[in-house]
Amino acid sequence: MATIPLIPEQASTISGKMDFLFYGWLAMSMFFFFSVVFTLVYFCVKYRKGTNVDRTIRGDNERTLELTWTIIPLVAAVLVFFYSAYAYIDFTKTPQGAMEILVTGKQWMWKIQHPTGKREINALHVPIGVPVKLTMTSEDTIHSFFIPAFRVKKDVLPNRFSSLWFNATKEGEYHLFCTEYCGTDHSRMVGTVTALTPERYQAWLAGTDTGVTMASSGEKLFTKLGCVTCHTGTSPRGPTLKGVFGKEVKLNDGSIVVADEEYLRESILNSQAKLVAGYPPLMPLFRNQIKEQDLMTLINYIKSLKDEKSGAKS
Amino acid sequence: MSSIAARPDVIPAAPKNYINAKSTLMSWLFTTDHKRIAVLYLISITIFFGMGGLFAMLIRLELITPKGDFLTGDMYNKAFTLHGVIMVFFFLIPSVPATLGNFVLPIMVGAKDLAFPKINLLSWWLYVFGGVMAIGVVINGGIDTGWTFYPPYSTTYAASNVTLAILAAFMAGFSSIFTGLNFIVTVHKMRAPGMTWFRLPLFVWAHYATSIIQVLGTPVIAITLVLVAVERVWGVGIFDPQLGGDPVLFQHLFWFYSHPAVYVMILPGMGVISEVIPCFSRKRIFGYEFIAFSSLAIAIIGFLVWGHHLYVSTQSTYAGLVFSLLSFLVAVPSAIKVFNWTATLYKGQITFEAPMLYAMGFIGLFLVGGLTGLILASMANDIHFHDTYFVVAHFHYVMVGGMVMAYMCGLHFWWPKMTGRMYPAALASIAAILVFVGFNLTFFPQFILGFLGMPRRYHQYVEEFQVLNVMSSAGASILGIGYILQPFYLVWSLVKGPVAGMNPWGAKGLEWQVPSPPPTFNFPDGQPIVVEEAYSYTTEESHSGA
Repeated sequence: MATIPLIPEQASTISGKMDFLFYGWLAMSMFFFFSVVFTLVYFCVKYRKGTNVDRTIRGDNERTLELTWTIIPLVAAVLVFFYSAYAYIDFTKTPQGAMEILVTGKQWMWKIQHPTGKREINALHVPIGVPVKLTMTSEDTIHSFFIPAFRVKKDVLPNRFSSLWFNATKEGEYHLFCTEYCGTDHSRMVGTVTALTPERYQAWLAGTDTGVTMASSGEKLFTKLGCVTCHTGTSPRGPTLKGVFGKEVKLNDGSIVVADEEYLRESILNSQAKLVAGYPPLMPLFRNQIKEQDLMTLINYIKSLKDEKSGAKS
Repeated sequence: MSSIAARPDVIPAAPKNYINAKSTLMSWLFTTDHKRIAVLYLISITIFFGMGGLFAMLIRLELITPKGDFLTGDMYNKAFTLHGVIMVFFFLIPSVPATLGNFVLPIMVGAKDLAFPKINLLSWWLYVFGGVMAIGVVINGGIDTGWTFYPPYSTTYAASNVTLAILAAFMAGFSSIFTGLNFIVTVHKMRAPGMTWFRLPLFVWAHYATSIIQVLGTPVIAITLVLVAVERVWGVGIFDPQLGGDPVLFQHLFWFYSHPAVYVMILPGMGVISEVIPCFSRKRIFGYEFIAFSSLAIAIIGFLVWGHHLYVSTQSTYAGLVFSLLSFLVAVPSAIKVFNWTATLYKGQITFEAPMLYAMGFIGLFLVGGLTGLILASMANDIHFHDTYFVVAHFHYVMVGGMVMAYMCGLHFWWPKMTGRMYPAALASIAAILVFVGFNLTFFPQFILGFLGMPRRYHQYVEEFQVLNVMSSAGASILGIGYILQPFYLVWSLVKGPVAGMNPWGAKGLEWQVPSPPPTFNFPDGQPIVVEEAYSYTTEESHSGA
């Protein structure tokens, strides 16, 4: 406790870039701040009442001054806007092929599920040097997933998926905070992110391997919930789900949507909302019938179904 | 008739003024005199400022240690919620407009009262009803949603007095609308002969811009809050996804008002500064038209930046980019004001009475608040700073460093006009300096806490944040002393303070050409005729002194 911390740890590929931008901001802000404060103090001292200084005012340059201090901040504002907008897109665009981990927020804990099916609570183990995408949802109110050392944050909403990504660069343990106020134990909805080398991550995964991958437990759910009876590709009651993920789907009202996670989620919970063309509205509504984590698992299974023959597991 | 101020040292020949015109309690509670209503508001908001301050004290006490050991989690959550609700809806929004604005704006434009004196009274009564409900919330066990009332937490999960608190804020909202409406009509219709738009004091321009926001924006928050109550009480699905609603919709509606509301809070403060700086530097304000129009620009652009509160809320990137650009642009008119105030000092005859100290403090703190606001408007940086203590520090620099400083600046400036008495100058300057120092000690460490990643609304925190939190709490105690001094010497001045006279500061403006305190209808000799520009100070005459 002897030293006061001033700078947060940098532990992801964007941390350094974001801090660089921040320091740029800080330098620019300090330039404006000290310019004004210095001028203010200088005037206050020089023109304090009674000093014997020249006070004749010519008053012919008012407009020039006004334009100068309007246009300079305006141009500066627009320039830094573009720079920071570019940086934002750079920071938030998820790379192709990122490893996907599922996160469910719930008053007041974080539930994490790895691609192998391994689960943890209020702890997240990730490999370094690998882009990791978190797909997140909430079982109750709004939460927000924040890892300061990685400089990532995203709100986690009920009934909706949100995502963020990062690529950790340094082994270590980092804080995980909930940053959207969510009730009594909001400040206890915290955890530890452990960044490991890919080898150690694999070893950690294997440590208590359940032997059930997320996709295979999804397959079980697919059978258990009865999806398998209609969505096989041969039944007239429901379309096949093989290879449907990411493809365009024609609906019975003639419109076309992309079958992304949101669409699959909506169709499971409320199948009538966007019915695929040519199929009757037979499917039961699973709203309030299926847990968020199971829903994610199921969608993950559907994503793993390839167009060819049997579903190749990822 | 009973002249309560009949002290031998009251020299002015006009003994009848708005204070001693009538003395019954009813004559105060049902007065339609804008000056008396201003005093009623002053007393009411001071009570709420004290309450809000007590909750702030609880927060700072809890945060001295990392463990949540002073309050329970629920108690802490209620403390910061009540601090926010009370300070925003019951202190900051009415602060300058309903007290100082109510008192001096009609006199400034040369009118005997506001356009609708009875609506003005209704405004105060609505505020009181809302305030009583707010106190009811506190007595009945508080509310724990945060002042932002975000659903679905507020509609489905919170087990506290959400509906009552919402009704309280709703009432306060209407009182704010009535004040705004009154100001707009007064400025349009009741200006004295010769008081052209460009002769209006900038305080009036600032309040005109503020009123536009109040009238256009407040109904949106009122309706939104009612929708929360409807969902909470009758289970109608509007915001909670379990009922088919959309929680992000609430955030859009809420910030559509609540961001412009930030300008409702700061613009009147800027108006105060624009009065005080020319007076104490004996100079006409530099760039009058630019300051006047920058107020309107802030009011208009301010309506289009709300989405910068939603960068990490799953709002689309494109929407975020538009809001980001507009947020950068709204900084420009604020910058123009700061530059013009600074230029006003150039070649002035500057003196440093208490109001001027507050004004100088305001510029410094507002600069920090504004510049850190730009960092938050940058989407790339907001990812990290959103909902951390960096945001808390930023908006306290604007709201407390800016608005509360400006309010105290104005209060010390117009106090002699309102009461006819002078306060002890040295004590007032000491209080101003304590507030400035204490404020910086309290809130500057919070910028660093935010950068380190400490989230806001945290009852307990990780150990490495402790030193900075202790600094912040220590600063808060100094700030508290600075605040507590003021009611003492101000009330003292009512009894023992030297008589101020009509114009103790040698200031320009119609309010300084009527007796202190002013008579009931302001101008005993009928409506004045204005023949000169605003702020027609000259550095030469200032040698005569006050």
